[in-house]
Amino acid sequence: MRQRSLIAITAALSAGALTLTACGSRDSDDKGSDSGGTTVTIGIDAPLTGDLSALGLGIKNSVDLAAKTANKQKYVDGVTFKIEALDDQAQPSSGQQNATKLVADKSVLGVVGPLNSSVAESMQKVFDDAKLVEVSPANTNPALTQGTDWANSKKRVYNSYFRTATTDAIQGPFAAQYLINDAKKKKVFVIDDKKTYGAGLAGTFTEEFKKLGGTVAGTEHINPDSKDFSAIATKVKNSGADVVYYGGEYPQAGPLSKQIKAAGAKIPVVGGDGIYSADFIKLAGATATGDLATSVGAPVEELASAKEFVANYKTEGYKEAYEAYGGYSYDSAWAIIEAVKKVVDDNDGKLPDDARAKVTAAMQNVSFDGVTGKVSFDEFGDATNKQLTVYAVENGAWKPVKSGTYSG
Amino acid sequence: MNELPQQLVNGLLLGSMYGLVAIGYTMVYGIVQLINFAHGEIFMTGAFGALSVYLWVLPNGTTMWIALPLMLIGAILVAVLVAIGAERFAYRPLRGAPRLAPLITAIGLSLALQQAVWAWYPEATSARTFPQIEGGPFHLGDVTIQTGDIFLLAAAPISMAVLAYFVMKTRTGRGMQATAQDPDTAKLMGVNTDRIIVIAFALGAVFAAIGGVAYGLKYGQIDYRMGFILGLKAFTAAVLGGIGNIYGAMIGGVVLGIAETLATAYIADIPGMDKFGSQSWADVWAFVLLILVLLFRPQGLLGERVADRA
Repeated sequence: MRQRSLIAITAALSAGALTLTACGSRDSDDKGSDSGGTTVTIGIDAPLTGDLSALGLGIKNSVDLAAKTANKQKYVDGVTFKIEALDDQAQPSSGQQNATKLVADKSVLGVVGPLNSSVAESMQKVFDDAKLVEVSPANTNPALTQGTDWANSKKRVYNSYFRTATTDAIQGPFAAQYLINDAKKKKVFVIDDKKTYGAGLAGTFTEEFKKLGGTVAGTEHINPDSKDFSAIATKVKNSGADVVYYGGEYPQAGPLSKQIKAAGAKIPVVGGDGIYSADFIKLAGATATGDLATSVGAPVEELASAKEFVANYKTEGYKEAYEAYGGYSYDSAWAIIEAVKKVVDDNDGKLPDDARAKVTAAMQNVSFDGVTGKVSFDEFGDATNKQLTVYAVENGAWKPVKSGTYSG
Repeated sequence: MNELPQQLVNGLLLGSMYGLVAIGYTMVYGIVQLINFAHGEIFMTGAFGALSVYLWVLPNGTTMWIALPLMLIGAILVAVLVAIGAERFAYRPLRGAPRLAPLITAIGLSLALQQAVWAWYPEATSARTFPQIEGGPFHLGDVTIQTGDIFLLAAAPISMAVLAYFVMKTRTGRGMQATAQDPDTAKLMGVNTDRIIVIAFALGAVFAAIGGVAYGLKYGQIDYRMGFILGLKAFTAAVLGGIGNIYGAMIGGVVLGIAETLATAYIADIPGMDKFGSQSWADVWAFVLLILVLLFRPQGLLGERVADRA
């Protein structure tokens, strides 16, 4: 009897724990109202909880704004858009589960996301098999569109995958050019987190930095689960480097920058769009001043085309900021809306039975003036807009320093 | 510049933190043979307890010299309450049950505590910044020590000394030793073993809370998952030092911390090993060390009893 009650208690406790975990991973919105006609769902996959949730929630809100705007304008006749946001916690395995779930929902005609390149890798095939179009506002790994051998021979892998963000093949070299030509740095210490995004970025950066005559004082790979980078900070200090390049994301970059400065190396830490977040400055503390980040596109605040987006975002009263990818997320969602519109218009105002395949095909030729400028895709599914901007930390905020495009 | 002294200090600091948390694992194991996998989360709740005191009890802008002792008290209160609660409601009903039952309960409790902080602590879904002690770093020759690390450097040996005194010299401490050796006989001799077990959990929580505050001061941020990996490392440290031995926990922690730091710093310089030298490999080398130690000394560095009652 006692045994049995013990088993019951254990089971109840474990079940309780599991339920709590599950609570964290469910965060779907059912805001769309069915006001007649067809309802089309735009799926969202992004980290809505955890370290990267600041970026993920910005993506979710921006897509929500796009759907609401389309509904308000009755942009596609007879079609109401709603969103379904799933949390991937930046984990490839969760991403794949979410992809399967979105594919199973017949009303989903396009998906915005994910944030992480490593998550995208696990989702691409699921979407491609279902011919469901996926537009990422944030993935920057070149291999996602141009194949693993992208440096030598580009080859498109999945026809259903598009992105509005530019790639690390451009972002890394752009940072290298800025550091050599504008910031006059010569000796770099390169650190990455061994993830698809971070390692890819560090690789393309290092190549260009060497080509431009810079030297690499040392390389290091961090363990993303750790918060103790003191051993690495000491190495950086003793290497005599005048700048640190970090391929990775802000949850590690913040403490890393802080500990490098604390170890006595007063040199800037430079990263990609993964560290371009207000949370980086929060985590890195006061010594972050002078740290640099490159991010895709021109600063949303400075684009005339983005004024409306920024104003509408404010009007809707979202709790979280749109962060680095807000404009790209809005454009990604709008690209899906444009593609749906084209398909509906071609089919006498109704959704055809093979809507998913048709939307995917229509996506290739989508072209419109979006928040971040002209939105269209090349033969690999990459954005044709290849603008980048260098930002620097100043008085506790990111300030744009230089915008430009990288050319070979 | 010679970087070895600095790296040793880095390792010592990291290891002291492992050691503070490892004491909780080793004491509870020594007395009830339970691996309390939720101990890492007790460390985490302690850190959040300290932050709560700073945010909501103290007036804004209180200097750290006044705030720190009060935060420490807050951390210890929260951690001890959580630990005693865990013992009373999760482990005591399972005493005498097959070993796997409390082990699984501990893992469930660990997840539940993480998610509870995630769900109910304000803005804890991402990392929260922890108040810092003002003042520049200190230089001793080639070695730089951060202001926040001074706390850890002082707290670890002091707590260790207090614990040793408590266990060796006080009546309750001797009761703990007796219960560890043989709970049934200890009971016959008039030792209140239930009370001793609660005290073991509470003491472990006190050290975890001190470790939690040290973590916040050292890294400037705490999050709901901070206890998971650190708890695993601390458990490893306890095994390395000889589980059940409180000095072993501290020594195991320091050895593990220094091993990880030196592996990060130097393995890449060995010719042909540059692929295996970065921090992402440090854990591998730490566990290689653990396996080597256990091969030659299965009871751990300071362990005496060889799985006597397992």
